[in-house]
Amino acid sequence: MNRDESLISADKPLVETVDLKKYFKVRDGVLHAVDSVSLEVYEGKTLGIVGESGCGKSTLGRSILRLVEPTSGDIRFRGQSIVNYSKKEMQEMRKKMQIIFQDPYSSINPRMSVIEIIAEFMIVNHTYDSKRACLNQAAQLMDVVGLARRCANVYPHELDGGRRQRIGVARALSLQPEFIVCDEPVSALDVSIQAQILNLLMDLQEEKGLAYIFITHDLSVVKHISQEIVVMYLGKCVEKAKTRDLFSNPKHPYTKALLASIPMPDITMRSKEIHTIKGEVTNPINPKPICRFANRCNLSKEICNQVEPPLKEAGPGHFVSCHFA
Amino acid sequence: MRDLVLEIKNLSIRYKTDLETVYAVNNISFSLEKGQTLGIVGETGAGKTTAALSILKLLPERISQVAEGEILLGDKDILQLSDVEIRKIRGNKIAMIFQDPMTSLNPVMTIGEQIYEALFFHKHVGARREDLEKRVDEVLSLVGISPMRKGDYPHQFSGGMKQRVVIAIALACEPEILIADEPTTALDVTIQAQVLSMINELQMSLNTSMIMITHDLGVVAKTCDDVAIMYAGELIETGTAGDIFCSKQHHPYTEGLFGSIPNLKVEARRLNPIPGLMPDPTIIVPGCKFAQRCPKAMDVCIKVHPQEFVRGSHRIKCHLFQKGRDTDE
Repeated sequence: MNRDESLISADKPLVETVDLKKYFKVRDGVLHAVDSVSLEVYEGKTLGIVGESGCGKSTLGRSILRLVEPTSGDIRFRGQSIVNYSKKEMQEMRKKMQIIFQDPYSSINPRMSVIEIIAEFMIVNHTYDSKRACLNQAAQLMDVVGLARRCANVYPHELDGGRRQRIGVARALSLQPEFIVCDEPVSALDVSIQAQILNLLMDLQEEKGLAYIFITHDLSVVKHISQEIVVMYLGKCVEKAKTRDLFSNPKHPYTKALLASIPMPDITMRSKEIHTIKGEVTNPINPKPICRFANRCNLSKEICNQVEPPLKEAGPGHFVSCHFA
Repeated sequence: MRDLVLEIKNLSIRYKTDLETVYAVNNISFSLEKGQTLGIVGETGAGKTTAALSILKLLPERISQVAEGEILLGDKDILQLSDVEIRKIRGNKIAMIFQDPMTSLNPVMTIGEQIYEALFFHKHVGARREDLEKRVDEVLSLVGISPMRKGDYPHQFSGGMKQRVVIAIALACEPEILIADEPTTALDVTIQAQVLSMINELQMSLNTSMIMITHDLGVVAKTCDDVAIMYAGELIETGTAGDIFCSKQHHPYTEGLFGSIPNLKVEARRLNPIPGLMPDPTIIVPGCKFAQRCPKAMDVCIKVHPQEFVRGSHRIKCHLFQKGRDTDE
């Protein structure tokens, strides 16, 4: 695989994966959820992962934290491989690596009050000497994420989606992690609330130097928050580039189609036909070693149905897996 | 001459429980022209779905109450119709596409039967089974599904295909009005683009009028002729798509909505969200409901409910535009 260490900054990446694979055995064969994905996340930076439902982006996010065990490949945190860490070692590790889940309605315990939810990780990990101290810290975290202190003793069902997602953010911050996987944290929220949460995440990053993996299906969201973007299709990384390059010069036909499919809030664009791709994502079970996008691609030629295109460098730091890019 | 197919006048809807009254829709008026698409835009809880459901009398009977208003379909007030009469309109003259295609289909009926059912109940007088079956094939090919698949069950289809089935059911009886309640929100962008262009084409060829409910201004820009922006149960700005997307004068909430959208063209990193949250719908405030979140709020906003400022087809409910202020563009 082409890799260039000096690509984004001379620094070593905080988190990286090398040929990470996650296969699930299902009745009809082997489901390739994540297939040889290599990526790097740098301190204080955000890597966006974009793709449609079922492309494996959430599985990728979870396997990086080993919430699902990867089938093969390596995950490194500060250069240290963590795939063979024991459960105990992993527990220590997870203090540094946290996750914010998509659905603020199902990812928090409905029978705990807001302050208890935020303090829970600290109490479990004995971060502070007493429970009291943990609760105090939790109250401070509420300020950080913009939750009014009067909400401390209410239960999640009394709050709206935006405030619940703030609980999720506060909880992820509670162990002072260096790295957070944000798994579609704003997809379930209204657009005005979505903007509030995105700004909050960006402010926290600036303040604490956090590294994010930001998983989303929405290219316009990822554009705002990320410095680098990985586009996934059926478990594969089809394009990886700096955000600016990806938007100004998308190379993979799938990335182009994704960009063209976004309805713009602008009626001057209206007369333009929506250039969308036909068909739907194909079956990820036992995929053939050919280009996985070939059957929906308008550029596809014979070679696409015979040879799997490798991820090759098409410009400085711009990787794409297409025979014609 | 405007050819109105549906007119809603001063509609107010409340939900009453033992504990509280929710003022879901407050005194809204709008009309739908033949062959046009009206977009109703707003955030969760703005009352868009409640307003749409009332058009079909689908509101939960026990707790909902239409406090005032008229919904005129031709010269008939839908609100005055009996259950038997409304059943003839539902699915026949006015059809609805619901948000979630996963839950709006019956999982134990084949999709062919589900389309057939809609036809059977509305067109059964004098219709032969073969004719109806033929129509089922027709509408399926209309939405881009091979009639070969009519014996399949919903779980055998993907989300986008299921939504096509739902649209096929809605279109089966050739309704005059189609109400689409967030028809593409549950779909991926590429599938959304497919479904939206299909809806556009079908509407064009069948000359159906449509109400498109959505929170996505991008979807509105692609599909709607007229736009109504809803906030806390009120229509705060209405106009043609040109008024909403091109005019310089806007309700501050509309400006906030546009500011919140991550824009692909602009390089800015930070977004400009509207601070705060939508007000509690159980409380009636005397002034403007947006005043607390509004960056341009004045004293009068908190005390007096704003009147509508009208210029041509563009209407804005905001004190900023009263008394001829900002008349030059």
